[in-house]
Formats: sequence, structure tokens, C-alpha cells
Amino acid sequence: MDDIAAWFRWLHQTSGIKLTIFYDSYDRSRFLEGFATTLKLSAYCLILSLLLGAFTAWLCGSKIAAVRRAANGFVQLFRNTPPLVQLYFFYFALGPLLPKVGGMPLLGSLGWAVISLTLLEAAFAAEIFRAGIEAVPRAMIEAAESLGYSRAQVFRLVVLPLALRVTMPAMTNNLVNLVKTTTLAYAIAVPELLYMSAQIWSEQVNVPEMMVVLLISYVAIVGIINQVMQWLEARLRVPGFGQ
Amino acid sequence: MSDAGLDAPIVPIVRIVDVHKSFGAVEVLRGISLAVNRGEAVCVIGPSGSGKSTLLRCINGLIPVDRGEVFVGAHAVHKLRADQEMIALRKDVSIVFQQYNLFPHKTALENIMMAPIQVLKQSKEEVEARAHELLKKVRLAGKENSYPGELSGGQQQRVAIARALAMRPSVMLFDEVTAALDPETRKEVLVTIRQLVEEGMTSILVTHEMAFAREIAHNVYFTDHGVIVEEGTPAQLFGSPQKERTRAFLEQVL
Repeated sequence: MDDIAAWFRWLHQTSGIKLTIFYDSYDRSRFLEGFATTLKLSAYCLILSLLLGAFTAWLCGSKIAAVRRAANGFVQLFRNTPPLVQLYFFYFALGPLLPKVGGMPLLGSLGWAVISLTLLEAAFAAEIFRAGIEAVPRAMIEAAESLGYSRAQVFRLVVLPLALRVTMPAMTNNLVNLVKTTTLAYAIAVPELLYMSAQIWSEQVNVPEMMVVLLISYVAIVGIINQVMQWLEARLRVPGFGQ
Repeated sequence: MSDAGLDAPIVPIVRIVDVHKSFGAVEVLRGISLAVNRGEAVCVIGPSGSGKSTLLRCINGLIPVDRGEVFVGAHAVHKLRADQEMIALRKDVSIVFQQYNLFPHKTALENIMMAPIQVLKQSKEEVEARAHELLKKVRLAGKENSYPGELSGGQQQRVAIARALAMRPSVMLFDEVTAALDPETRKEVLVTIRQLVEEGMTSILVTHEMAFAREIAHNVYFTDHGVIVEEGTPAQLFGSPQKERTRAFLEQVL
């Protein structure tokens, strides 16, 4: 560690390239905190948006017209409005309406970011799931029904596993988008990667350096997601289906 | 199933009375009646589009009838509304489809085991032992871990038959199960079905295999345009058909 710090200090002295996050412990801890917050925000939104998206897709196929319309309305609302406006709406319009607990807001900026981004991504995930569900051949459902499966069993044991496989490539895109969209949380002062980097570069005046670090950081995070999804896709691949 | 038929009086286990079904403006079934006794095999033959597959789907409730009555054992299929009643019916009636319709994400063994575990709530050990037995019966021992996509059409169809048998149904429905197969693999499937019929499995087969129908059926029904034109034993229907329409059809296909 010390060698790395020394090398970056030497780099700064000889070339002027100023990467304080490698040798200034305060900057390093701020950067790592931002990195961790971005990962946390992404992970929460990823899991919650997949669950909510699947649930919404299920509601879109409901027998009750009002339920179908409500689910569709949710999807349209969040797909057709700018994400930043949504985030501002939650934080600045809904935020102040919440009761305060001991003088502190019930929900901080991170909480609002999780809610806002989850709803946004769930709307897209619902559309992807819906397409996947519609891609499951009617004959498969007929086969499952004729074996005495209940409606829930048909969905859980046949429709969902097959739909999931069809949706994998589109879902990967969606998750990548989600990670990139977390940078919007900057606008409501969530201490995520972009926000913390901006704090560092405004003090150290090393904007170009921190920009490069930021880009590389996101390439790394997205790269990991791509790898995991590719691995998952390969694992779930079955001969003669969806190829 | 095996010894139930010996002392039981001969009553039709499947009885269809004046069944009508339309899809939009198209009348597919226009008053069909037929009866199948326990342990018998009945073949339904006729030109494409004469409503044969629809008829089979009315028997296990996949398609609700518009008018008429369908009885399977104690189930009055035309009256079933609740999901639970429908599930009870389907535990008694299994169907094998033209396109096999195996679950592509499950191996041959898993395809057979799923419904007995999930629907009949049988223990995994018991079901697995029986699944191995059934695969042996359809002569696919060794293919337990193959996915449907790795099997030939004939092999997939035999797995589908094993999957249907795993439910220990009282009645088996076969919907043109060899129509998608080449002549060679067709034979392996027909051999399997013949064995079942010889063991006394009550079967209703929609088929274009005239020679096979003639050989194994107790009764043959000839349908056209949603009605039964003629019925009789294979010897009667194939040997000396009474109706002009039947004669014309048989001349075409034989």
C-alpha cells in the first residue's frame, strides 16, 4: 500500500497528475465511501426493482380490468417522465410531507433515491417481464394445466422459468442502465460515487483525473454485472430453447 | 388401475352427450356423442379440421363446451367451474399432445416427476423410483438426465407418455401423437401405446394411423364437420363402412 501511495505521490511531483485518492487518506476514505454507496444503492434498486417489476408484470395480466389499468398506468407514468424529475418530485415534493422523527426526516436522500430509482427501473423491468411471459408458448401452459397444476403453479414452475430465460439479455441492459442512473442521486446529495468525486475535485482541483477515475469505476461495476449475467445466462441455458 | 376392471360392471367411464362447441362463428363440434368403457381403446378418425382435437380438450376441460354433457367417472366436466374441481378432473385424465409439449427447462426425469410431486403431493423418493420405472417402460432408460432439446421427436413423445402415466390416470387421451414424427420414430411411439392398451389403459386416440386404429381399437368413430358420421368396431368401420362419406374418406387414406 505504501509503495502505491509513494508512486502516485511521485507521479504528481514529476508529471502533475494528481490522484490524491491513492495517497491522501481522507480523500481515499471519501472515495471508497462513495463507491460503497453506489454499490449499495445499485444493489437495493436491483433487487427491489426485479421483485416489483415481476409483480407488476403479473398484475398486467390480471383478470380484473381495473388492476390491469393501474399496473399499466404505473408503467407508463415512470417510463414516460424524466428520471431526474421523478427524483426531484420524490425528494422535494413528497419528502417534506413525511413526519419527522426526533427532528430528523423519516427518510434521507439515500432512501428517496432507492424508492425513486426502484420505481423507474421496475417500470422497465415489468415491460421486459411481460414480453418474456408472452413469449412462453401457449402449448406449454396447456400441458401444465392438463397435468393438474394450479394457476399459481403454472406461473411459478413453467411460465416464470421460461420467461426468465427469454428476458435475460434485455434484463442485463436494464441493470446496466440502473447502475448508470444511480449517478442522478447526485442531484439530491446522496453521497454516491459521483457526488464524493465532485467533492474531491473541487478541493484538489483535479477534475480531469477524477473524471477518468469515475469512468473506469463505472466500467468496472458494469463489467462485473455483465460477467455475472453472462454466467447466469450460460447456467440457465437449456438445449433447444431460446437459442 | 390394474385389477379394477375385473369385477366392476361395465359402465362407460367417459360419456359425451350431444356436445357443441363454436369458436366465434365457426361451429367446430355440432352434437357429438360417444361412450368409452373402462379398459377400452377408442379411436377417433376423420379429416383435418373435423373437431377431433377440440373434442379431446373438452374431455379434460382445457376447452369448455357450449352445450351438451361430458362425464368422466364421477366428474361432470361440463359443470366444473372452480379451479379445484378442474384440478381433480385432471388428476384422473392425462393427455399426450401432438407436439409433445415437454417442459424444455427440465430433464426427462424431472418432466415426469414434477406433477406427481407438485400436484399429487407424493414423496420425492417414491416418485423418483416410479419415474425410473416409467422411463424403462417406454424404453428410454439412460435418458433420465437428457433435456427435451437433446431427444428426438419420438423419444420426446415417449417421455410425454411417461409423464402422463406418472399421474396414474384412469383415462389417457392421445392427440395425434405421431403426426409430427417420421415413419421410423412413429413406430416406437405406437409400440408403447399398443402396450398400454393391451394392459387395459382406457384410451381415447385421435389419430391418422388407420392401420394402427384397426389393430388396437375396440371402437372407431369417424367424424367430419363436427359430427360423428359413423361408428363401429374396426372390422365394421374399415371392413364394410355403411356411409358414403366414410367410404370416400377411407378410400382417400388407405
